[in-house]
Formats: sequence, structure tokens, C-alpha cells
Amino acid sequence: MKMLLVILRKEFQQIRRNPAILRIIFMMPAVQLLVLPLAADYEVKNVNLCIVDQDHSSYSQLLLTKLAASEYFIIKDVADSYDEALGSIEKDEADIILTIPPHFEKDLIKENGSELSLAVNAVNGAKGNIGASYAVNIINEYNQEIREQLITMPKVNPVPVINVTYSNWYNPGMSYTLFMVPGILVILLTMVGSFLSALNIVHEKEVGTIEQINVSPIKKYQFILGKLIPFWIIGFIVLTIGLGIARFVYGIIPEGNIGLIYLFAAVYLLALLGIGLLISTIAESQQQAMFISFFFMMIFILMGGLYTSIDSMPYWAQVITWFNPVKYFIEVMRMIVMKDSSFSDISHNLLIIGIMAIVFNTWAVLKYRKRV
Amino acid sequence: MKFSRNSQEVQKEQQINMYQFLVFVRKEFYHIFRDRKSLLIIFALPIAQMLIFGFALTNEIKNTEIAIMDGANDEASHNLIEELNASRYFEIVATPNTIDEIDKAFKADEIKLAIIIPPQFKENLLHNNSASIQLLADATDPNTATTLEVYAGSVIRDYQNNANGAFKLPYTITNEIRMLYNPQLKGAYLFVPGVMGMILLLISAMMTSISIVREKELNTMEILLASPLKPMVLILSKAVPYMVISLINVSTILIISVTLLDLPINGSIFLVLGVCFLFITTALSLGLMISNITDSQQTAMFISLMGLMLPTLILSGFMFPIENMPVPMQVLSNIVPTKWFFIIIKDVMIKGLGFNSVWKEILILFGMTVFFLTISWRKFKIRLE
Repeated sequence: MKMLLVILRKEFQQIRRNPAILRIIFMMPAVQLLVLPLAADYEVKNVNLCIVDQDHSSYSQLLLTKLAASEYFIIKDVADSYDEALGSIEKDEADIILTIPPHFEKDLIKENGSELSLAVNAVNGAKGNIGASYAVNIINEYNQEIREQLITMPKVNPVPVINVTYSNWYNPGMSYTLFMVPGILVILLTMVGSFLSALNIVHEKEVGTIEQINVSPIKKYQFILGKLIPFWIIGFIVLTIGLGIARFVYGIIPEGNIGLIYLFAAVYLLALLGIGLLISTIAESQQQAMFISFFFMMIFILMGGLYTSIDSMPYWAQVITWFNPVKYFIEVMRMIVMKDSSFSDISHNLLIIGIMAIVFNTWAVLKYRKRV
Repeated sequence: MKFSRNSQEVQKEQQINMYQFLVFVRKEFYHIFRDRKSLLIIFALPIAQMLIFGFALTNEIKNTEIAIMDGANDEASHNLIEELNASRYFEIVATPNTIDEIDKAFKADEIKLAIIIPPQFKENLLHNNSASIQLLADATDPNTATTLEVYAGSVIRDYQNNANGAFKLPYTITNEIRMLYNPQLKGAYLFVPGVMGMILLLISAMMTSISIVREKELNTMEILLASPLKPMVLILSKAVPYMVISLINVSTILIISVTLLDLPINGSIFLVLGVCFLFITTALSLGLMISNITDSQQTAMFISLMGLMLPTLILSGFMFPIENMPVPMQVLSNIVPTKWFFIIIKDVMIKGLGFNSVWKEILILFGMTVFFLTISWRKFKIRLE
């Protein structure tokens, strides 16, 4: 125990002596948390339309007014031909080209039907699809209005119609910051924790001070614990700063028990630091440690469900995510912050992270050899 | 006479300079190639990442787990449920009987959407010609919630159209929809170029970000400074070997994208290669700048890894459309090099546009490179502290 305290004092002194790193550890996550969630908005709105109106009738005019009045669309451009309109899609100025054919109004009345064509920029497939659906909805409404003008519709629908109503639970305002802030906080915490610990032992290897520790009577587990505890504390400080920003800047008050977040974070940080220490014992130089952590960090972030849905991934990729600690913490964060989930709801995740913590740390202790 | 001797001297001096430069480049190559393990990591990393993310990342909706509360339990509701189950978007995993059960399933993260079919669904449809269906979405993720609602809505609409059969309303406008560039709505068209830019930027910047600061930390800087080499030449000689490595990485990444991930090259392949070359130069210069303004490897790594990763991910436009961001964020996104790379690659590879459409973006990347190199050169300290 006394030995552990001595090592801890050494570690804390080393950290304190490098204020540049310490500033970065606390500042970088704070700044990113202040800025990035604002950008992470995916709501499909402001879809830019380019109109090719070859009819110039009162009906086509009415349709355009209706589209412009909706909150989703902006009529950005009016072109004379489809080819000209295609140019504005190529320049990314328009997302959808709506072509109103000649005799649109005449055909609709005389031929009992008419056709509109929509060409959608689908490089971003999901966005294109949603934009097109919105446009179709508005066109259908417009169609219904015209029908009512032309004929007296019977009280009862002539054909069966299913009305679909929507309600959005847990986030009725559809706020993206509420969704992104907890996720980004988890990722920042993960980066700080794993990266710090990954570099640490390697640094001692590179500057040669590890030899002094190896010849000392310090036991392996004491050495690893001495490395773990300071970073564990730093992790908690970063988490607290992050939750503070969430509370006071974004006004996010967790629906559930904040103690649960800390409980989960305590175990989570152990797992994370274990991974970092493991990288640290495998890597030969800080450069290698950096690249290895970069590799895992990318997988953790991109496959953690921060934004891209895990359900849509192919099965083998979903299997990879089972080993991704970030996935479990992001889930828990969102569950507690938004859904008021209870301990039993998160216990499954807690158990998995607990197992990870034990496995990685044991592995790191075993892997660390008192040799150079 | 005198003049010509001078020009000879100048020429000789230039030759010496060139020779010194090459010697230094060789020294850097030795450094890098001696560390086999690092080299292996640098080459294997982008390949593994491209393969994993190229296949795994998508914003398509597939097999999303949903619940259906069937209050009607009649022929019409069974048909509708079958239709939903048959679509590739949804997988019905629960059939709750009460709203409470739905709430529980949401809280345990088992489902993302619940569809409620009211009692007497078929009768209402047949007799009143009208029935309603309620969709409850877990809006913790607003994007997925909206997308699911739109997709479920369209499945229900299709079902209804099929059920109505040949009956057509008078004065109907039909919509002909064409999805340009990406008719199958593949997520890869968006994510592969995005991930490509991110990996290239981060790996290149990380490599050079520690190159100079490591010499400071290991005290070999003194030797370099004592040499007759000019600072700019010294900085560039550090970059050349990494340039070679990055070019190899670019080639493997492009080959994987085109052969395995089915990304088309609709535009000029030379333009794509040229842009990649420019982009890695930008990234390497960014790394050099970081290396010159920091004083320890750890600080440099923190900036190049932590400082770059999330901003390039979120602000480059492949995860979140830039036009959706608030204006200050749109302005901020301009300083992210991957944003410009992403635009160019998308335009040239997928839309098949030529140089005329992307010269502005190319010019911006070029300007950034010059800026980073200038800062590196100005911040390079020729004295030890």
C-alpha cells in the first residue's frame, strides 16, 4: 500500500510538471463539446429546388407557391430546360429538379391525369429519399385540393384511405443537441482516457526511465495500478466538466439518475485505461502507440452508434460492435439522459463493460514484462 | 569573364544544395524503414480501416427492429403486417399489447419504432373508407426517427395502393422520381469518399506531426541545426519519405474503393490522382506545422489525433450535410481540409465532373498547403533553448 502511494505521488508529480499536456487534456474536450454538437444536425430541411416549368399555367404557379410555402423547400433556381437545371445539381446548388411538363394543366383537366418528374441528387441516398418523400407529400396535398376544386368530393372517401399519425417519444422537439451532446461527450472521454494511458508506459520506454522502475522492488500490479488511478481521476474530471457544459450551455438535464452515469463511467474508465495500457505494453515507440490507438479510436467512434445506426450494418460488422466499449456507454448515456432508464435497464451493459475492464487490465498486467 | 565564373559558382552551390537535400532524404528513409513494425502499421492500417468502414458504414435503413401492436387482429391488419415484414427496412421483433409494454421496449433499446393498428381496422376501411394508424418513434435519434417514419409511411401507402387495385381517382398527378448518380441509394457513395479523406488526412498529419518534435525530444536536433542545411530544405526533406508512404496508401485506398467497395470513377482518373496527391501534401504540411509549434511528442500527438479527429469527422460534410448547419458552423467548416477533398472526390468520382467544376476547391487546398508550410518555416527555431 505504501509502495502504491509512492508510485502515485511520482505519477501525479509527472503530470503536474507538464502543464501543456494538462491544459490540452481539459481544454480540448471542453472546446470540442462547445462547438461540435451545433454542427451535428441532420434534419432534412432547406431542400433546394430547381424548377423547370414548361407549362407556365396557373396550376403550375399554384404548385410552386405551395412548395415555397412549406418549411422544407427553397426554390433556388428556375431553369428553362432540364439540362440547364442539371448544371445546378452538379454545382450542388440544387438538390431536386422538379420538371412540370408542357400542357400540365390541360392534361390534368382534359386527360384526367398528368405527370410530374422529380430528379433527385442521391449521392447522399438517405437525404435524397427523404427530400423526395416530402415533395411527394406536398404534391399529393396539392392534388387533393385541385380535385376538390374540380369536383364536389363525397363526404365519405371514394376509396379507402389510411391516415398515418406520428408521435416522437423522448424527444418531441426533435432536438439534435440532446442526441449528440451525450454521444460526443462519451467519445471525448474515451479519447482522453485511452490515449493518455496508451502513451504513458511507452513514453517511459522511449526515454529509458522504465529501466529504473524495472530494477526497483515495485510489483507489476502496483505499477499498473499506479498508472491507472491518476488517469481514472482525470477521466472523472473530464466527465464532470462535460456534464457541466451539457447542463449549463445546452440546458440538458438528465431525466434519469446522474449517479448511474458516474457508476457506469467508473467501470467504463477502468476498461478504457486497460485498453490503453495494453497498447502501451505492446507498442515500442510513442509513434506506434499513437497509430494503434488511432486505429481503435476510429473503429470505436464510427462503429459506436454515435451517428450511423448499428442495426443497418452487415452482421459481421455488428459482431465487431459487441466488442466496442463506446457503443455501450453511448447507449447508456442516451438511455439515462433521455429515457429515464433505470439500473436494471443498463445492468446488461454494465456487466459487459465490467468483464471488459477485468479482461483488459489482467491482460495488461500479464503482458507487461519487467524487461527491456 | 567574371560574370560567367560567378554563374558557375552558383551552379556548383546549387548542386551541393541538391546533394545535401538528397542525403537528408536518405537519412529520413533509413529512420523510417528501420522501424519495420511502425511501417507495417502505417501500411496495414488504412487497408483495414477502408475495408471495415467501407462495408459497415451506411445510413441506409435495413432490418430495423420494430414492434407492432395489432388491436384489430383481422385480415386487413394481417396483410399490412406481412407487407411491413416483407420490406427490407423492418424486422418485427415484438408484439406488445399495451402502451406500457411499448415504453418498456423503447427504454430497453429493443425497438426503434412502434406501429399501432387500432381495433376494427378492416371494418373502418371497408365501411367508412378511412382508418388511422399511429406510428410511435424513439426520437432519441431524431434522424433515424424521421427516416423510419417516412419509410413506414411509404410501405403503408404502397399497401393501400395495392389494396385499392385498379381503382383510380380522377385528376391524379403521378410522380416520376429518378435518383440521380446513385439510383440504388447506396450509403457507400457518401461514406467511402468521406472515410477516405479522413484516413488520409489523419495518417499523413500524424506521421509528420512528430517528425521534428521527436528530434527535439531525443536531442538529435542539435546535430541537424549544426549542419549547413537551410531550415526550409530540412523541413522538406522530412516530408519527402512520408510523401512516398502516403502515395502508396492513396493507391491502396483507391484500389480498394473501386474494386471492393464499388465506387465508380466517372470522371478523369488523373484528376482524382492529382487531387489525392495535392491533398496528402496538404495533410503532411499540416503535420509539419503541428510539429513545429509543439515542444513534446505527446502534445503533438494530442493535437493531431484528438484535435483533428472529431472536427474532420463532423465538419467535413459526409456525416452531417453542411447546408444544415448554423451559419457560424458553415463558416468554420471551411478550414477543414477534408471538406474540400470530399467535395472534389464526390464531384469527380461519382458525378463525373471535370476540372472546370472543381478548380476553386483545388485552389483552396493549394492555398492551405502554402499557408501550413509558411507557418512551419516561420516557426522553425534554429536555436536550442
